[in-house]
Amino acid sequence: MTKYFLRRTLQAIPLLLLISIAVFTLMQLIPGGPLTAYENNPNISADDLARLQEELGLNVHKHIQYWNWVTAILRGDLGTSIVTKLPVRDEILGRLGNTLYLSFVAFFGALLISIPIGIISATRQYSWFDHLMTTVAFIGQSMPVFWFGLILIIIFHTTIKNPFTGGPLFPGGGMFTIGAPFALDDRLRHLILPASVLIFFSLGSHIRYMRAGMLDVMHQDYIRTAHAKGLRERAVIAKHAFKNSIIPLVTIIGLEIPGLFNGALITETIFSWPGMGRLFFTQGIERSDYPIMMGILMLSATLIVVFGLVTDVVYAFLDPRIRFD
Amino acid sequence: MQAQLSLPASNIDWQARMRPQESFSALVWRRFLKHKPAVAGLVAIIAIFLLCLLVPWLTNYDPGKTNVDIIRQPPSLAHIFGTDELGRDLFIRLWDGGRISILIGIATMVIAIFIGTLVGSLAGFYGGRIDNLLMRFTDFMLSIPQLFLLLLFAQLLRSTNDPRLSAGPMPIIVIIGILSWTGAARLVRGQFLSLKNKEFVEAAKMSGARNLRIMLRHILPNAASPIIVSATLRVGAAIITESTLSFLGFGVQPPTPTWGNMLKNAQAQMTYAPWTAIFPGLAILVTVLALNYIGDGLRDALDPHHVE
Repeated sequence: MTKYFLRRTLQAIPLLLLISIAVFTLMQLIPGGPLTAYENNPNISADDLARLQEELGLNVHKHIQYWNWVTAILRGDLGTSIVTKLPVRDEILGRLGNTLYLSFVAFFGALLISIPIGIISATRQYSWFDHLMTTVAFIGQSMPVFWFGLILIIIFHTTIKNPFTGGPLFPGGGMFTIGAPFALDDRLRHLILPASVLIFFSLGSHIRYMRAGMLDVMHQDYIRTAHAKGLRERAVIAKHAFKNSIIPLVTIIGLEIPGLFNGALITETIFSWPGMGRLFFTQGIERSDYPIMMGILMLSATLIVVFGLVTDVVYAFLDPRIRFD
Repeated sequence: MQAQLSLPASNIDWQARMRPQESFSALVWRRFLKHKPAVAGLVAIIAIFLLCLLVPWLTNYDPGKTNVDIIRQPPSLAHIFGTDELGRDLFIRLWDGGRISILIGIATMVIAIFIGTLVGSLAGFYGGRIDNLLMRFTDFMLSIPQLFLLLLFAQLLRSTNDPRLSAGPMPIIVIIGILSWTGAARLVRGQFLSLKNKEFVEAAKMSGARNLRIMLRHILPNAASPIIVSATLRVGAAIITESTLSFLGFGVQPPTPTWGNMLKNAQAQMTYAPWTAIFPGLAILVTVLALNYIGDGLRDALDPHHVE
């Protein structure tokens, strides 16, 4: 197990190196380069440009620039944002927590809802509950995340009013009321719509995989044995079926981690959530702040690789049959 | 493709066995018809296709034409989906936009399935170093969130200021296509891995068939079923991806309507003109839902181990 984990960790290193090369190359493709913003500025002379070029380390070969960039990353230096002139590391770290907060709530919320639904659907296969939930799962997988967000805003922000205050039932954006002192209920009210969007987004596939996993396990001999020795249904499911039935779900969660980042970008943009995805879009893409783009791409790729590793370990723990060689 | 039906002994459908020489496609079609949601999906897709083809054509629709007298009218008999901020009829505009959205969905699927099948079959068939190389590359593609890369590419194309690279649906089709083949590659590789040691492949090798022929004539047709299912689902996924990109302002540019950029347009006014946001989204939902049900039905219908 330890050996397997070590080997998987070592495999991640060339993968991350490859990603860093790709990110660096992509950024070189953007026409103009980092000094475009200054080139058309009449207050900046050719001498200034040359000096800037030297200060920013742009007057050396590309491969040396790459080397400097990568070694700087390893020291925790991601460069300076073009738009705000702040260190990219601080910009990202200021947002990362907000993204993780929203993502973790959505991630565990989706598991808490989909696991019981999947189990009930499987134990009562073809009941009205099963049909309803399978349909809901299909619908959840068939709509754009952002549109579901817009519809929630129309319903719960614009249309339905809070009966006590007369204001909107839920805020349409932001993480908390700006200027107001910290209040838990205010935080929760801001969290509920964006979290619902992300939860609903992953609910579909989670329910389907949990249901399929449980159906598969229920036909195994050891489940029949457990029933035969007189265990109640609840005990059979909790003690015997559950751990094996969750394996397909764990596999799919591992594959869906990159999707969480996509979902976060869209949800954060719609709900003005001050997270990393919104930073990437509004500052990185829309204002061509490429140190921000590079930093976020590298960080999210690293997180995806690390979470992928964690999923593999959980998977190995749940299913000792898989080989470690 | 020869249908080798190996039904479990207890479930032999004698009626099917007695029927003389039913072709594989007839068998699949008969099984598909039994999947009610899939049939409903197929009917819905045909209806949507016809509406997209006929409505803009019959109404002589001009996407650039505006009418300031009827801006932001709620749905009525004259404009059943209402009008937008430029007084354009949203019912007609919806079907006009559907043409582009569906075109993007299908064209993207073709690119993604082609690359995915190529990569997956080479990796699965040759194994070893080629497999390792191609699959590490696939891992690499999967390690960067797709939407981030899509936006980056879209931004790159736009910053070239070349109208061939930044206008119309073509650039979007290409970038979504080249970034969404990984699923198909893994699927096809798995199929090739399990099929390449089968007896019929051995037999083909013995008879001196070259590798290319074995891959194309012997293995690929046997791997066709999951590829067809995956292709169906890919069309829907691509329609959603297009709408997301256009919604963020990096997809197809106005005035060409797509369901995605109609929704982008709606975002600013949805609090007082919610119909502008509701109908294009419903169109995406119904189309993708129908495609997903068709994919589900095809999965059952094409499965050789399927129990009727």
